[in-house]
Amino acid sequence: MSFLKINNATKSYGSTEVLHNIDIDVQEGEFLVLVGPSGCGKSTLLNMIAGLEDITSGTISIKGQAMNGVHPSKRNIAMVFQSYALYPNMTVGQNITFGLEMHGIAKPEREKAMAQVAEMLQIKPLLNRKPGQLSGGQRQRVAMGRALVRDPDVFLFDEPLSNLDAKLRVDMRTEIKKLHQKLGTTIVYVTHDQIEAMTLSTRIAVMNGGYVQQLGTPKEIYDSPANLFVASFMGSPSMNLVPAKVVANGDGIFAQLPTGLSDKVNLKFSNPTEALKGFDQKEIVLGIRPEAITDPDGADQKANHVEQIMNRVIVTEPAGSDTYVMSSLGGKDCNARMRADAQVVAGQDVPFAINMDKAIPFDPFSELRIA
Amino acid sequence: MSVASTDNAISTGRITRAFIYLMLILFATFYLLPFAIMVINSVKPLSEINGGNMMALPQVFTLEPWFKAWSSAQIGIEPTGLKPYFWNSLKMVFPAVAISTVLGALNGYVLTKWRFKGDTILFGLMLFACFIPFQIVLIPMARVLGFLNIAGSTPGLVLVHVVYGLGFTTLYFRNYYQVFPTELIRAAQIDGAGFFRIFWRIMLPSSGPIIVVSVIWQFTNIWNDFLFGASFADLDSQPMTVALNNLVSASTGVKEYNVHFAGAILAALPTLLVYIVAGRYFVRGLMAGSVKG
Repeated sequence: MSFLKINNATKSYGSTEVLHNIDIDVQEGEFLVLVGPSGCGKSTLLNMIAGLEDITSGTISIKGQAMNGVHPSKRNIAMVFQSYALYPNMTVGQNITFGLEMHGIAKPEREKAMAQVAEMLQIKPLLNRKPGQLSGGQRQRVAMGRALVRDPDVFLFDEPLSNLDAKLRVDMRTEIKKLHQKLGTTIVYVTHDQIEAMTLSTRIAVMNGGYVQQLGTPKEIYDSPANLFVASFMGSPSMNLVPAKVVANGDGIFAQLPTGLSDKVNLKFSNPTEALKGFDQKEIVLGIRPEAITDPDGADQKANHVEQIMNRVIVTEPAGSDTYVMSSLGGKDCNARMRADAQVVAGQDVPFAINMDKAIPFDPFSELRIA
Repeated sequence: MSVASTDNAISTGRITRAFIYLMLILFATFYLLPFAIMVINSVKPLSEINGGNMMALPQVFTLEPWFKAWSSAQIGIEPTGLKPYFWNSLKMVFPAVAISTVLGALNGYVLTKWRFKGDTILFGLMLFACFIPFQIVLIPMARVLGFLNIAGSTPGLVLVHVVYGLGFTTLYFRNYYQVFPTELIRAAQIDGAGFFRIFWRIMLPSSGPIIVVSVIWQFTNIWNDFLFGASFADLDSQPMTVALNNLVSASTGVKEYNVHFAGAILAALPTLLVYIVAGRYFVRGLMAGSVKG
């Protein structure tokens, strides 16, 4: 039985439904990330798990107990907020133990729990300070300490890293992941940052428009996105989505599309599905991630089929570790990720190697992956 | 009385600066003059005042008028001085200020953090209280006090001032809490604090500046109120302002101007003190919420 079960949950404000029939099962010890653009309903869903927003219909249960109507403090959850929400009038120590005090736990035990958490998060020297005297990263730690000290069933994180500067964000990300590995607690984590989602989670729920677009492991989400939204939202730089036509002949199944040089190039699919065969002579959208388009020397040697084409370079963007090369494919700008020392110059015609194992066809009308 | 900072002052030339100072000194003198005359005349024997020049400094310095105003001047029919009425005022002001401030804070807390259907309309209606003139509530209030059987008593006056002040204190706290992060309330809810615990442990301790505003505003208004005091108090609950009026406007005997001046200063002292002690927070608190820091 799942640890946290969201069963057919909806949320409406008046007559506007903002979350539609959400079904998510989370196992004990899982790290579930809810990711999506702002306004997709991910924070609302988190607040519903926390009990800060009521559930319009459906159920949310923790450890098999329905939580509908149960007060937030009785759900045995802890939450870390985007703004950290540290009580400004209390010291760090008081902030951490406030929840325990409210639950009627005796002072010696509170002190003991606080010392443990302070040790774990290395915030011992800060215990007597006020939140106003702390840096962003320190506040973040204290906010986590306040959640940890309760020893909750489920941790809820609401975009906890978005107020930190870039470097600190990466550090804290690692820290959170370490913490999860050490404690093994169940975490539901909301973010709009797809890299955070990929790196932290054991499973991701990609949300948009109040629907869960896809629920799966980071690898599933990245390699087999369920639809065009998931494909374009996850990954940075985002997946190239180019219009193409399916052509089947004796040699196999091809995606036919124009490049910057010729008006017809055939790209052979490595392992076409039956469904794709049904699209013969029809339009599709072909999704290819930038890292699947490289210079021929940098192509994946283990790939089943690498298609090599000549194309004209529009712009190069050296990023240090890689060089991004823009060309035209299917009438659209197409981003390729080449090795840093690949010799390409804007305006030149160079060979591109496309790893067709990683090419994903989408139905342009339903926007679903053709599988 | 806020602390002026020199960083954001516009740099000006010498002559302009001299002109500005001149004007400031002139206006300061102009506003201080009445107070100076009151002080000067309150430490003169009556003969010096009757002798002619009110502006002249005292030839004989005496604190006699102060003692007389405080403890033995004729107020109405009793020669008690202002002393008992001073206590009456204090007994009225402290509970009235405390209750209206706490209730205002509670209202502000509910109106911003425990939103319910129609809360904006309710708040709008409460704002009306700020615009209702004193005179309009006199008769309804008299009925209410009579009905509650606290007419002519200090509790009655406290009730009047709490009711009348609630509109203002609610407005202050509502605007202050409007920008108070709601995530803090949510965090406290998850921590297991209920409605009142959140209020006492988290909201109130973070409300220093606006409490000062509310206290100063209420204290000055209630202490200086004359109409409600004159209308709803009887002899043993009359506030200082009413007693001062009785002292000054007594129509029998010699007009003891020096005693009147001393009495007037005595009546104004507490509000003066409140402004000096807490005034710097007043402007700060008024600004809080209106300008994003």
